[in-house]
Amino acid sequence: MIRSLPRGRGYSWSFNAFIILYFMFLFAPLVVTCVLAFNNSDFPSLPWQGFSLDWFAARGPERIGLFHDDQILRSLLTSLQTAVCVSLLSVAVGTCASFLFEKENFRFKGVLYLLMLAPLVIPGVILGISLLLASNSAGAFLDETFGLDFAVFRPSFWLVVLGQFSFITTFVTLVVSARLRKFDPSLEEAALNLGATQFGVIRHVTLKFLRPALIGAGAVAFLMSFENFNTTLFLVGSEPTLPVNLYLQVRDGSTPVINAVSLLLVVGTSLLALVNLYFTKRED
Amino acid sequence: MPRSRLVFWLFFAPVLLWLLLLIVLPHLDLLTMSFRGENDYGEMGWTLQNYRNFFTEPVYWLTFVRTALYALITTFITFLLAMPVAFYISKLARSRVRGALMILLLLPFWVSELVRVYGWMILLRESGVLNFVMLKLGLIDKPVEMLYNDAAMIMGLVYTSMLFMIVPLVSVMESLDDSLIEAAHDLGAGKIAIWRTIILPHCKPGITSGAIVVFMLALGNYLTPNLMGGKNSLWFTEQIYNQFIASFNWNQGSAFGFLLLALSSLIIWAGLKLTGQRLGEVAS
Amino acid sequence: MTNDLSVRNVVKRFADFTAVNDVSFDVPSGSFFSILGPSGCGKTTLLRMIAGFDSPTSGDIDIRGASVIGVPPNRRPVNLVFQHLALFPMMNVAENVAFGLRRRGASGNEISRKTAAILDRVGLPGYGRKRIDQLSGGQKQRVAIARCLVLDPSVLLLDEPLGALDLKLREQMKLELKKLQAKIGTTFIYITHDQSEALVMSDRVAVMHDGRFEQVGAPQELYGRPATPFVARFVGDNNKWRGRITQRVGDDVLVATDEGFSFRARAQGCCGDGSVVDLFLRPEAMRIEPRETDGLNLFDVTVKSILFDGANSRLLTVTREDHELLVTLPQNRRFDHIEPGNDIRVGWHPESGICFEAES
Repeated sequence: MIRSLPRGRGYSWSFNAFIILYFMFLFAPLVVTCVLAFNNSDFPSLPWQGFSLDWFAARGPERIGLFHDDQILRSLLTSLQTAVCVSLLSVAVGTCASFLFEKENFRFKGVLYLLMLAPLVIPGVILGISLLLASNSAGAFLDETFGLDFAVFRPSFWLVVLGQFSFITTFVTLVVSARLRKFDPSLEEAALNLGATQFGVIRHVTLKFLRPALIGAGAVAFLMSFENFNTTLFLVGSEPTLPVNLYLQVRDGSTPVINAVSLLLVVGTSLLALVNLYFTKRED
Repeated sequence: MPRSRLVFWLFFAPVLLWLLLLIVLPHLDLLTMSFRGENDYGEMGWTLQNYRNFFTEPVYWLTFVRTALYALITTFITFLLAMPVAFYISKLARSRVRGALMILLLLPFWVSELVRVYGWMILLRESGVLNFVMLKLGLIDKPVEMLYNDAAMIMGLVYTSMLFMIVPLVSVMESLDDSLIEAAHDLGAGKIAIWRTIILPHCKPGITSGAIVVFMLALGNYLTPNLMGGKNSLWFTEQIYNQFIASFNWNQGSAFGFLLLALSSLIIWAGLKLTGQRLGEVAS
Repeated sequence: MTNDLSVRNVVKRFADFTAVNDVSFDVPSGSFFSILGPSGCGKTTLLRMIAGFDSPTSGDIDIRGASVIGVPPNRRPVNLVFQHLALFPMMNVAENVAFGLRRRGASGNEISRKTAAILDRVGLPGYGRKRIDQLSGGQKQRVAIARCLVLDPSVLLLDEPLGALDLKLREQMKLELKKLQAKIGTTFIYITHDQSEALVMSDRVAVMHDGRFEQVGAPQELYGRPATPFVARFVGDNNKWRGRITQRVGDDVLVATDEGFSFRARAQGCCGDGSVVDLFLRPEAMRIEPRETDGLNLFDVTVKSILFDGANSRLLTVTREDHELLVTLPQNRRFDHIEPGNDIRVGWHPESGICFEAES
């Protein structure tokens, strides 16, 4: 059963086999994708035609490698910009939210808290379409009443940022709140007692204490934004993010350049996740 | 500790703006849009037509029911698969292996969902890696199409949402004191009795939160059904997408979106009621 | 008298250390046997081997005359009361108690009858429908014991079950456990690091240290005639002198302490003339200003402070050489005049001082 109870040989053996199979299931698609990025073939499939870096470095005209594919590079840049904006914005507002829910008391706190959790249970697609509708209505309203035209209200970079921000902030709030709950309020009282102002206390004591959680939440927000598809799909304008761009390519038939991008993403996100893990482990 | 009003509003204002402008208003807009439509003369007005369409067109509500059923099946399969994995990690693995397994478990899920789905596509499709290997081994004599069917789609959904079941299960199982299992064993319980009377009841909160998240993710998924499902396995989110992007019938799309939102809220509410928990507890 | 449990030369070795080192003992039927030792001495490992959660590297464990080596915990006629009780929080009291019966496939009728009977026995009649988190610490204790006793085990193992309780409740539960055991007559094996628990409740106590049994005996024996310096130090409080034997007749010795006192005392084990010894003396063996001085060791000390603790009050005194000694201060008003700084005369009987070969 568990480690301290006697276990049959068959039980242990089959359990281990199951776990190995499970991890194979988990990694098979990623490994295959990464390996085929180096296949010297025009299609992302076997047989193995030899090792090639064409799908990274070729300049054309038959094969255009990842580093010379303007469309992919542009969408990568868009994704990075989006992710940076979203993580900064959501960490800022998420931190406010955790202070609000952990430290303040006010009427309708429970209602607001439930509302804060709502994005957890709203499907991403719904979030996307309702934001699309609302921004469209808002744009139309401003146009009709004031004759003003704001590009923000049409599917665009900033709408994507707002859409991702609207649900990622919930995750940031949960992460930061968990850390804030471990904070000993007597530290704040001590700082006030020693003559610090309220803002000084928050800046020098509380935020210092929260820093690892803020960095962790920022990393989580970055990754979530970078890989988001469902919400983004409805809000993109002329500048698709990387997942949306890749989706369009995969849907219309694929070349191994997608494998090359995938490899890059796997390596990049793994590194970021590991760095994040390292920092959170160190704090514990 | 008393705080100044200024500090309170500093926290309160951004949170209120976020929730009001990006969560509440868009969904109200979604609701109103779903009740509006053109009448016979081409004028916009209030109508129930969008909902009537849903119930009179079998293709709509059949897709809806199918989507809900398949999301439930996905949740159940995910649970069956995640339970032994979580048990292995939290109760059987040595503590040093445990950390490594957790990292391995998390890594694939930080990579974009698109990459994961793409990996499965090049594994499963007719010209895919699996077919190539099976042909070489002589298991089959001509390629089989393993992609674009319901089974592949459900497997893809299970794969994509696996993590959200395993993580809560691992954490809830780690909180299960080993001595409870030992005590049950000491008092004469066999494996099945221990699972039924001790482990499953203890894991109930983890199972609920995992199931809710997985169900919601499956229900709201667009990418996986779209890329892995067959021509006949239309997902309800695809209906919404079609109304919005292809037919440009936003009112109809809003009605669909609202129905999906209602369904997911209903099922989550039922899940919480059945297990006697609250959303706040499940979220943290 | 038959033995419910016999442990023969049991050894448990982990990768780099030996947790239990060649331990043997017998527990007669119906007795209350305690294993007393500091944390990390191997007592929990020993208990878990008896329960079946660990298996010994070598040696044999017999329960009611049959070896249980290789028998899984659920087939052994012993039950364990866990350190943190391990009551199932997802079940109520009655379901917890009935758990083992239900696993045995007992009939519903029998289950409810036995459950009610045992709850009655442990003093919790009518508590069956309560949830575990509605119980007090002492009540949980009793449910955990009832849950095992209802299965009628040959031996009941208890792994420091009082550890989590507060002091007052612990005192009370000590008495209750002893009464309960006397009433139902099941053999109890109790492990603890608290000497008072072991001494109050047990018929026999084994003192365990570094994986070995130092001494097995009745509580009075351990206290009055410790067999090793460890037992002398671990069971009760002791004052200690370092000294040298100048004369030995049988077990009676004359010890010259390093401070220049010459005491008559009793030797334990093999210390001949001239060997360096540690002399142990209990605080209550020292009498303040004795009226009868015949045959006593007498010396003068200075009172440094009074450690008032009700019936357990002591004087912290020093000799001229600044050697600190604890002396029991009886609360019979006779010594109310003593104040810090006073010089007092102290006497003790040679039978109370025990010498061991000095530990390096």
